[in-house]
Amino acid sequence: MLEQILALLPQVIFDGFVLGFVYAMVALGYTMVYGVLELINFAHSEIFMIGAVVGVEVFRYLAPHVGNGFLLLLLALLLGGAIAGLTAILVERFAYRPLRKRGTTNRLVPLITAIGVSFILQDLVRLIEGLWHNEFFLRMRTVEDLEGSVSLFGGAIFAQTKSFVLMGVSILMLLGLTYLVNRTKLGVAIRAVAQDLSTASLMGIDPDRIISRTFLIGGSLGGVAGVLFALQYTTITPYVGFLPGLKAFTAAVLGGIGNIPGAMLGGLVLGQLENFFGTYLPILTNGNFGTEYKDVVAFLILILILLLRPQGLLGQVVKEKV
Amino acid sequence: MRKIGLLVAGVAALGMALGQANVIKIATQSPLSGPQAALGEQIKLGAELAVEEAKAKFKALGFDLVLVPYDDQANPDVGVANANRIINDPDILGVVGHLNSGVAIPSSEVYARVGLVMVSPANTNPRVTDRRLPNVNRICGRDDVQGPVGAEYAFNNLKVKNVFVIHDKTAYGQGLAEEFRKRLEALGGKAVAFVGTEEQSNFVPIINQIRGARPTPELIYFGGIYSQIGPFLKQLRERGLKTRLMGGDGLDSSEFLRLAGAQNAAGTYYTTVAGPVSAFPKAKAVAERFKQKFGKDMEGFGIYAYDSANVILTALEAAIKAAGGKKPTREQVAQEVRKVKMEGLTGAIEFDDKGDNKKAKYFVMQVASTGNWADNKLIRTIEMAAPGAR
Amino acid sequence: MSALSLLLSLAYLGLAFLAPGALANLFGLGALAAAAFLRLSPNLRTLNLALLTLAFTVGLVRSGNTLGLIGLVGILVALTTLPRVPTWIRAALGLAILLISVPLAGFANTFVFELGIQIGIYAAMALGLNVVVGMAGLLDLGYAAFFAVGAYTWAIFGSQQAKNFMAGNFPLPGEYIYPFMLIAIATTALTGLLIGLPALRLRGDYLAIVTLGLGEVVRILANNLDHPINFTNGPQGITPIQRPPIDWFRELMAAMGVRLDQTTDYQLFFYLLVLLMIGLVVLVNVNLANSRFGRAWVAIREDEIAARSMGIPLLPTKLLAFMTGAAFSGVMGVIFAAQRTFVSPESFTLLASITILGMVILGGMGSIPGAILGAAALTILNLDVLKTFSEFVRTSLPQIPSQVDPAKYERLVFGLILVLMMIFRPEGLIPEKRHKAEMEEA
Repeated sequence: MLEQILALLPQVIFDGFVLGFVYAMVALGYTMVYGVLELINFAHSEIFMIGAVVGVEVFRYLAPHVGNGFLLLLLALLLGGAIAGLTAILVERFAYRPLRKRGTTNRLVPLITAIGVSFILQDLVRLIEGLWHNEFFLRMRTVEDLEGSVSLFGGAIFAQTKSFVLMGVSILMLLGLTYLVNRTKLGVAIRAVAQDLSTASLMGIDPDRIISRTFLIGGSLGGVAGVLFALQYTTITPYVGFLPGLKAFTAAVLGGIGNIPGAMLGGLVLGQLENFFGTYLPILTNGNFGTEYKDVVAFLILILILLLRPQGLLGQVVKEKV
Repeated sequence: MRKIGLLVAGVAALGMALGQANVIKIATQSPLSGPQAALGEQIKLGAELAVEEAKAKFKALGFDLVLVPYDDQANPDVGVANANRIINDPDILGVVGHLNSGVAIPSSEVYARVGLVMVSPANTNPRVTDRRLPNVNRICGRDDVQGPVGAEYAFNNLKVKNVFVIHDKTAYGQGLAEEFRKRLEALGGKAVAFVGTEEQSNFVPIINQIRGARPTPELIYFGGIYSQIGPFLKQLRERGLKTRLMGGDGLDSSEFLRLAGAQNAAGTYYTTVAGPVSAFPKAKAVAERFKQKFGKDMEGFGIYAYDSANVILTALEAAIKAAGGKKPTREQVAQEVRKVKMEGLTGAIEFDDKGDNKKAKYFVMQVASTGNWADNKLIRTIEMAAPGAR
Repeated sequence: MSALSLLLSLAYLGLAFLAPGALANLFGLGALAAAAFLRLSPNLRTLNLALLTLAFTVGLVRSGNTLGLIGLVGILVALTTLPRVPTWIRAALGLAILLISVPLAGFANTFVFELGIQIGIYAAMALGLNVVVGMAGLLDLGYAAFFAVGAYTWAIFGSQQAKNFMAGNFPLPGEYIYPFMLIAIATTALTGLLIGLPALRLRGDYLAIVTLGLGEVVRILANNLDHPINFTNGPQGITPIQRPPIDWFRELMAAMGVRLDQTTDYQLFFYLLVLLMIGLVVLVNVNLANSRFGRAWVAIREDEIAARSMGIPLLPTKLLAFMTGAAFSGVMGVIFAAQRTFVSPESFTLLASITILGMVILGGMGSIPGAILGAAALTILNLDVLKTFSEFVRTSLPQIPSQVDPAKYERLVFGLILVLMMIFRPEGLIPEKRHKAEMEEA
């Protein structure tokens, strides 16, 4: 059994990273919004889905005109990130801001709104795609430049060009975000609003603008992740966001919600766990419990971590304000 | 007051106009939205064509024939809710459907309450007819034959011993995969693994399992729907695995080509209970009319739905005659359906006492490399009675 | 205005009798709106409502058009919310609608029974979730899990299924369903305890996501526990499931002069059973709300820290709310399994949980009539209005592409309801007093 596990291990870890980077990028959107508004933005999984749909459409329409696959991908990433980011701003503007302006203290109200927005976006995209192409399943067009593959370490790892692209883009985005949050004026403002919204506004920061920017940044990251997800896993639907979104949120909690490095770490850890158990559960349990339990395992680990370390892996203990 | 009086009169007139027409309705129930809409739409359109063509004949008998399509969304709750609506429309005298056995089983319990006849073009799970409901019939084959047909072809003709079996965790997919495995193992082959997955996008863990499976599988069998098998196959081939693939009738849709990519799909084997147009010489003309009317190619389930609707229409005609030209009751139609002996596009149709077609056909097919679903190669046709009735 | 309203009601009564159907019933809904919203003296309003009750009943019996059922629900809402209607009239009209009008309509169109049963099942669950979300303020996004546990409790033992893992004479006879309702209370409460123990230690938002996850876990277990030991039969689902024997009920009804056939006997039985259960559930709900526990839940909802400093033990109190809510759902699960005779994991998805939550929110968190109204509104919308509208579109306007078929967009409709309610009327349609105050004060 051990032999069987070891033989595949390099491949499983590699694939775990591919998945983990997707989760990490989506998790950042959750964690940033939570940091600023203390809101679980359920609709973020749909922002991710919109990015993926835009990616598919860009490939569908521009592939015949753009010869270079990498340039095409760059276009898809830019457009996917932009449209997803804009959608996130719109959602904030029209669904969450009215609640904030009314000063609702009940925490359930924005959360339920977020669930509603998520449903609306799913079906709107389904309606649009239905009328546009009469398709439910959207398939990413295959582009030669991105389809290459290499064998590493004597065949222990089979890696596709697009997996490397996915990881490369993710790392760049994550580094960029870290720089933005830590070194720029906007970053300082975001952190200030996250720490204390009302004090920040006394210091001359316009909280609405900062919140909008936060949604834009988180949404664009989600959109970029969506494009890369569609490229990697080839087929998407208007409902594709739900599970990755849920897991990315889990990742954000795992790493310590509100904590940016924590979300990245959480995403990578969850990607590894999911791939590991997805691949090995049948071997480990002698076929009694199969791949279908991979999500169960992921959730049980989430609960365990929340019980043992409620602040998450990298989070800090926050005293509840009275 | 006068206005109200006018309104009353108007509404009364409208009510009478609606009530007077001598209407007979045939309902279809199949998924028209969501992941399996491509298959479900074939069922609706096939039945629609049959109903359209019979309209004139029924007009002569004094009845307006209407098709009412219902969308069961491939979900048992929706199917049952629709069924409850259907049984309360007294004009509906027959149902063509469903696509999914998991939906057909609970929905047909509802039809049974009023004796409403259902003729299924596509439900292959044995329990659909094994419950011996007098109103439930099917013209297609069963999974406890379809699975074994696939297993025998794989073992005897493809000379495959070790198979990696996957299913989609639905009543249909798991049932089919289990029947495949049983027969494979009875023949002396081995299911290297038996894995279920609800995953829709990331098949990497399963592909890695296939990569690591020992003994090395020579074939992958996937009991499921094209929407899952397509992306799975694409990811499998992208990762450099060339293992052959076999599926069941859930794969039988041109959508499979689109999702897997024509190159990847080429050479895939599948069994089906609803053969292609090319398997039925008589279907050619009908398929042309279908294409002309709906702008789509007629696929297997379209042909079977066309035949299913015609079974009901034939029975209806007989029942109308037996009732002396009056509208027959639902029970009468259901009884007549069991007596039907007809030559459909798909061959002879005659039901046994459970409602299975006495001789159902099973087809082994291979996906063509031309990228056109209609070009798929028909490898063999097997005609077989339902087990238990033998 | 009084004359106009009375005239409308009388006109509708005439229409319902002479030309029953969708148009007449639409007219009736207009008349109902007039009776409810125009400035009328209490006596006249009462008279109007009584007339309309009669009219909707006649309309339903004569045409079976389910818009009439919406009218009856509307009258029930009017009876519970309008001020200055004598209590005995509220009670008499309400009972007449539930016990006479709906069954009469059901004989004309058995779909009315089906709707009534589904509304009842969902209403009881909404009342259960109302305890958790509305009273105690704990957002539970996996509530359908308890429904599943209840349904499977009876499905497994009321069918051949139990033979797979234990010796005994299965299926158990149908009478056993009654003790199994009690057993289901125990199994679901136990599940509530198992889920609640870890989940309820977490703060609000974490609780939501963990219950969502655990709700999925229960569904995944139901879908996968067909091996290594076959407990749930996995995706194949369990069928047939025993129903309680109802010979006594048939005789009772025959003695009362009601003739039942095989399409209506079980439907009427389950309808009445569900009504009885709702009665019990409401009774429990009202008593709980006014009990020590009810006050403790509200205290926790309003301010956890303050509640704790007043000596309320947080975890046990929350657990009790969680288990109570779960138990309601469990009982209805048993009835659901028996009524449908088929259970499969696909009925217990996240969408089901969110739908029940939507019912509670639509009606008003914490409000008992609100939860029932929410259940009625969303069930009718989902099972009837959207479908009827689709049928209308498909037959009358076939040039409209099938992609815009309204029945396909139930999620969109739910989403819009949730968002619009939260923005414009977060306290719900029939708000609970305290919640309303809270929302307005903020």
